[in-house]
Amino acid sequence: MLGSFAVLRKQSLLGDAISHAALPGIAIAFLITGTKDSNILLLGALISGLIGTFWIRGIVKKTHLKSDTALGLILSLFFGFGMLLLTYIQKQPNANQAGLDKYLFGQAATLVESDVWLMSLVTGFCLLVLLLFWKEFKILLFDADYTKTLGFNTTFIDVLITSFIVLAIVLGLQTVGVVLMSAMLLAPAAAARQWTNSLGVMVFLAALFGAFSGVFGTAISASQNNLSTGPVIVIVASVFVLVSFIFSPSRGLLFKQIRFIKNRRDLKLHKTLAFMYHIAKTHDNISHPHTIKILNNFQGFTKRTLQKLVDKQYVTLHGSNWSLTKEGFKTASNLYNQQSDSHE
Amino acid sequence: MKGNIAVQVDDLTVAYNYKPVLWDIDLEIPEGVLMAIVGPNGAGKSTLIKSILGILNPIAGSVSIYGKPYEKQRELVAYVPQKGSVDWDFPTTALDVVMMGTYGSLGWIKRPGQKEKKLALEALEKVGMLPFKNRQISQLSGGQQQRIFLARALVQDASIYFMDEPFQGVDATTEIAIINILKELRKANKTVIVVHHDLQTVPEYFDWVTFLNVKKIATGPVKDIFNDDNLTKTYGINYKVSIQE
Repeated sequence: MLGSFAVLRKQSLLGDAISHAALPGIAIAFLITGTKDSNILLLGALISGLIGTFWIRGIVKKTHLKSDTALGLILSLFFGFGMLLLTYIQKQPNANQAGLDKYLFGQAATLVESDVWLMSLVTGFCLLVLLLFWKEFKILLFDADYTKTLGFNTTFIDVLITSFIVLAIVLGLQTVGVVLMSAMLLAPAAAARQWTNSLGVMVFLAALFGAFSGVFGTAISASQNNLSTGPVIVIVASVFVLVSFIFSPSRGLLFKQIRFIKNRRDLKLHKTLAFMYHIAKTHDNISHPHTIKILNNFQGFTKRTLQKLVDKQYVTLHGSNWSLTKEGFKTASNLYNQQSDSHE
Repeated sequence: MKGNIAVQVDDLTVAYNYKPVLWDIDLEIPEGVLMAIVGPNGAGKSTLIKSILGILNPIAGSVSIYGKPYEKQRELVAYVPQKGSVDWDFPTTALDVVMMGTYGSLGWIKRPGQKEKKLALEALEKVGMLPFKNRQISQLSGGQQQRIFLARALVQDASIYFMDEPFQGVDATTEIAIINILKELRKANKTVIVVHHDLQTVPEYFDWVTFLNVKKIATGPVKDIFNDDNLTKTYGINYKVSIQE
């Protein structure tokens, strides 16, 4: 759901950076408290995720570095630091440390009821804020400069969106893990974009795809032994993306190709019809028969195109002669007018 | 000169890093003029507009609108950004974009309703884009996209309009449509400030002009100051333009 905003902001990699930036937070939270209570660890993840995000914003604003450079920098810095802390924790003579690495790849099976409650609560809260600030989010995404001239505090809206993206990512960490989380954020949004041209529908579809991947992925991994849930969910989500890229009616590759071929065929037909129209125009009677041989002079003419024109009842055949029907003449003259219109 | 000063800029200086982009600009724009800002690439034309509108933070200087600070007079000012400044593949419709013009008067959280929709439709009508209201914005031509941006500013019903190259990449039909709307605005005693590139059309379209090249070279009525001398000073080459009377 919130992934839609990340995709539209062209900050897709932000999700990746945030999830990696969350890792040291988890490790530090463990070092300080010594517990493995997921709420406390996720709080740590949230804090370090937010720090990472605002560092990225700061770097982009204050230096000449491009945002992808800043993202990459923060991503590896935080992830490296997080790994360092994890190895340090593992060397500690404390039996309690096992299991922290589940945040690397996620382990949905370790979710308990209270985790699910927390997730639902936060999701509900996100939804509420999204509905309240829908108008502000939309205009900021589309045209930030203009939003500022209308008197909105764009920094506030920006921080709000970013914070919610961080929140969503941190919540997903337990299920999918640091490494795969960004796919979970982006895949449903990328898939949804293919099907709609409305922001509202896109966000809704993304939420639907995301939920469906979650349910479906869990079901698959539960039915098999030794299939961890996180990666399966991500694969299911990716299948959505693939299917959307190929089969979406307006933006999909398949229909684009079909439309392309159909357009070319239509164009060929129209050209032949226009050629006939020019010949027929010179006679008083538009249905005056002409020999088919004339058409052979016309480049690209085939028997098949002629047959198609007959099928469409634009042309009638009499032996080796053809003549335009009234309908054919009308269509051709419309065609001709349209063309001269579009050349203006 | 006509009565009120619509926009007053004092000592405005803007810099990216060390290099000044605008240097100590003083500018008075009288109410009811149709003004072109002209100057070579990199002269700071867009920067000037953006600094006046508070999109960029100037190092020094102040802007007042009808004698009061800009921050208090925002609702009197509308902005038409460069067409290329947004992603036109954004999932939304022409009507939706024009509706954004009403967001400022709505304020936080409140949703646009029937009244706002009516205003947006009227603005679309004015720019001749009503038939395209439900069109996805990526499927509009460059000229149509520009007209949508213009409609969005018209919805704001402001007194002062800032436009950043509204004629860039549009065909002759759209250019005439836009200039007619601008002239109508002037008739209604609105002030219109346009970043403009085509020097040939300045005398025909505008009655006021500002020459800008980091510093302000000259500002005033087109018939008084639009001459070879100022053009040469601004563009640095010996520029000859025949001015049609």
